Amino acid sequence: MSITNTSATIIQPLPAASSNWLRDLVGIAIILAAAIVGYFLFPNNLALLTRMIAIMLFVLSLDLVTGYCGVATLGHAALFGAGAYAAGIAAAHFGVTEPITMIAIGAVGGAVAGLVSGVVILRGHGLAQLVLSIAIIHLFHEAANKASNYTGGSDGLAGITPDPILGLFEFDLWGRTAYVFGIVLLIVIFVLLRILVRSPFGLLCRGIRQDPVRVSAMGASVKRTLIKMYVISGVVAGIGGAFNAVSTQVVGLDSLSFTNSAEALVMLVLGGVGTLFGALIGTIVFIGVEDFVSAANPFHWLTIVGALLIAVVLFAPKGLYGTAAALVERYRKGGK
Amino acid sequence: MTALFQVDRLKKSFGGLDVTRDVSLSLQKGDRVALIGPNGAGKTTFVNLVTGHLRPNSGKVLMDGEDISTFNPMLRVRAGLVRSFQVTRLFADMTPEQHVALAILQREGKSGRVAGTFQAMPDVMRETYAILETLNLVGLARTPVSEIAYGQQRLLEIALAMALRPKVLLLDEPAAGVPHSDTFLIENALAQLPDDLAVLMIEHDMDLVFRFARRVIVLAAGEIIFDGSPREVTEDARVREAYLGSYGHASSAA
Repeated sequence: MSITNTSATIIQPLPAASSNWLRDLVGIAIILAAAIVGYFLFPNNLALLTRMIAIMLFVLSLDLVTGYCGVATLGHAALFGAGAYAAGIAAAHFGVTEPITMIAIGAVGGAVAGLVSGVVILRGHGLAQLVLSIAIIHLFHEAANKASNYTGGSDGLAGITPDPILGLFEFDLWGRTAYVFGIVLLIVIFVLLRILVRSPFGLLCRGIRQDPVRVSAMGASVKRTLIKMYVISGVVAGIGGAFNAVSTQVVGLDSLSFTNSAEALVMLVLGGVGTLFGALIGTIVFIGVEDFVSAANPFHWLTIVGALLIAVVLFAPKGLYGTAAALVERYRKGGK
Repeated sequence: MTALFQVDRLKKSFGGLDVTRDVSLSLQKGDRVALIGPNGAGKTTFVNLVTGHLRPNSGKVLMDGEDISTFNPMLRVRAGLVRSFQVTRLFADMTPEQHVALAILQREGKSGRVAGTFQAMPDVMRETYAILETLNLVGLARTPVSEIAYGQQRLLEIALAMALRPKVLLLDEPAAGVPHSDTFLIENALAQLPDDLAVLMIEHDMDLVFRFARRVIVLAAGEIIFDGSPREVTEDARVREAYLGSYGHASSAA
């Protein structure tokens, strides 16, 4: 009796927990290595890499609702743009130029936008949900356009001049400070999200994606859980938007556009949904290819990006990371 | 003495069709009741009415004397009324360990936690493995549900119900889809249910019904036509007629 008990409880719990942390550490190491390589390979193009970081945060936030909860949305830029405008308006109109405070304000802005769009979008299912999300992004876009006293309308919001970080590191012309700041933000958020997705709450969200009826038969509220995830997603997207405002010192209406939403979804699908790693890889590949191809062939670059997407969706439907992970898994099983 | 669970004159019609007509029944602690009836008798509608997935036209559902008729399905689960599904509803990518742990976390109000893992919660792990062991699922604890056999998925359905520690359990055809040779696994699992739990089982497999139930309720055309012991049910003329139509008389005459 006692033997079966101990064997049952000790079996495997420890290896699972430590392998999780190992993967996190590997993830951090890879991000750091990629950041350093990027820094030395493209010293004159740090602005592009910095934009990549902002978009990575945005795509990570989309992965939370789409990859982990199964909510289809084409309006996620509302959360990103809300964060960008919240931080930008605080700096340009209210003199809040301390960068970390600006990021925090962006997080709050994103959370509020997440709450609003979550409450609206989650009223629908399937196609209705998708249409609601498109409506949301157009409404946000139009609201920002009309409130031009605060947002600068279609001219964009300029006059954002963040202070040195912690009073020590000034934002330089080459964008080195912004780049390092972004990498630090990305790593912190990535680790927090890894903790989030394997928490009981993350498990509940995965359950909802697979069968909401079963989840409610367990006595859990599907709607409340999803709205909570939407708010968390808003915090992450808002931080991404605020970081974009801090690093570029402008906020444009395009941050609240349908195109921005759709591109984020494309990047996520390209990298692979529901893994967090996929969101990072998809963003790098998409923006990297876009930048490279548009410089190499300014006339047909969109065609080439389109062809790449079709190739990935047809031949690697789980996305780049998902397909690679599946191959590794198969190789491991074959090796045993 | 108030019943643990009571259904009071439940009525439901779709258009002009009455699918549930004045159904009343009650369960006490520890009851083992089977609800049977021919196809189209309204058994599944009855379950959906009781669990709150359908709204009745009239009638009440009570738990411990409290009227839960206005509760949504989620609140009814929290009040202690849990169901299993006729067709397995599980999370294909998740393991039995995660399923049971999630149910326990939900019951304990810990499913909203955004940090920590259930593997690091000794109480949850102990209970999870105790339940999996009762149902002989420990060997599959870390295999995704999409890779395990249907019969074992049915057992996991029962494991989930146990993990929620209900007061009243509605089992919607627990042996449906399981090969006859494996029914004994389900039966063993049902024998492990706590003694003070009230169970209402809908089932077509009569062998299982007669071994499990101490009381049988027969539903036909939306009405309860019999409520009594398993021994009497086979001799009841109305039940025979409901199942066999006029052949019932023929065979009794013969």
